[in-house]
Amino acid sequence: MKPYRGLAIIFGFYTLGEFTSSSLNLPIPGSVLGMLYLLGALLGGVVKLEWVEDEAELFVRNMSVMFVPPGVGIVTYVGLLKSQAIPVFGALVISFLITILVTAKTVELMRREKE
Amino acid sequence: MNPYGIAVTLIVFYLFSELHARRRAFYTNPVLLSILTIASLLWVGGFSYESYMESAVILKFLLGPAVVSLAIPVYRGRETIKAYAREISIGIVAGGSVAILSAFYIAKILGGGGEVLLSIAPKSVTTAIAIGVSEKIGGIPALTAVLVILTGILGNAIGVELLSAAGVRDRIARGLAMGVTSHGLGTARIILDDELAGAVSGLAMALNGVFTSLVLPYLIEVLK
Repeated sequence: MKPYRGLAIIFGFYTLGEFTSSSLNLPIPGSVLGMLYLLGALLGGVVKLEWVEDEAELFVRNMSVMFVPPGVGIVTYVGLLKSQAIPVFGALVISFLITILVTAKTVELMRREKE
Repeated sequence: MNPYGIAVTLIVFYLFSELHARRRAFYTNPVLLSILTIASLLWVGGFSYESYMESAVILKFLLGPAVVSLAIPVYRGRETIKAYAREISIGIVAGGSVAILSAFYIAKILGGGGEVLLSIAPKSVTTAIAIGVSEKIGGIPALTAVLVILTGILGNAIGVELLSAAGVRDRIARGLAMGVTSHGLGTARIILDDELAGAVSGLAMALNGVFTSLVLPYLIEVLK
């Protein structure tokens, strides 16, 4: 019953992450902690890649559709979005430009120093 | 429980995915088009968001295990991470911090406030993680989801051309910049041009998600 092993591992680590996040009252999402736990388990050899890779890939490949329901929630905030359209879209575009250029130039400078 | 929320989401998403497979253009992004279409359908039909979410919430719930599953691509890329450890760590710390701070302060300067600032701060992070972070720090997850996708679309549409125009030729620098800034949609674009830059971009996306989720909740206390 191979798929159940993979699903059990993924949901097990997810639960463990959520449990840590809520019981220690951490601001970090439980899912991210679960990801770090699973990564640690893979690196430490506790979990073998072939036990989880098919099931994990199914989740990762189909992730896009899961963004739709939370995104549709925007209907509840149309008024807010209208009143704050300039800060929201201005920050979106300017921050995009700054981030991509700063990251690229920082890394490029490091690479040149190395040579 | 009614099945209509799930059915509508899957049908609309499937149709836009078919369109996207044929056109392969940034403006046919199936996630954004599905959100806009379903939101319009609810508005035109007079349905409430709650009635839609009654069943669609199951799809949203699956984001948790999907984020956990991101451990697999990071694990697979461990050799690349080792080979470029210095570039990747500095690129993510610098880029990840600039993404948060510039979004937050520019929105503030332009007159934004409250939940809007919290919602825009994680906009460069992969959608699943950004929604989780936004929820945790008191932002509006729906607004974050839409802003993240728009950021991804920007990167997908003009990122590669912008880097070339700015004279950035180094493949590692290009990959890191795309992944840190525009997550999955940026990665999907640069991988078409350059496999190495694409692999670095995918890793940068996952690691920036982890970096932001660890740093932003504490940083926001200072910024607020």
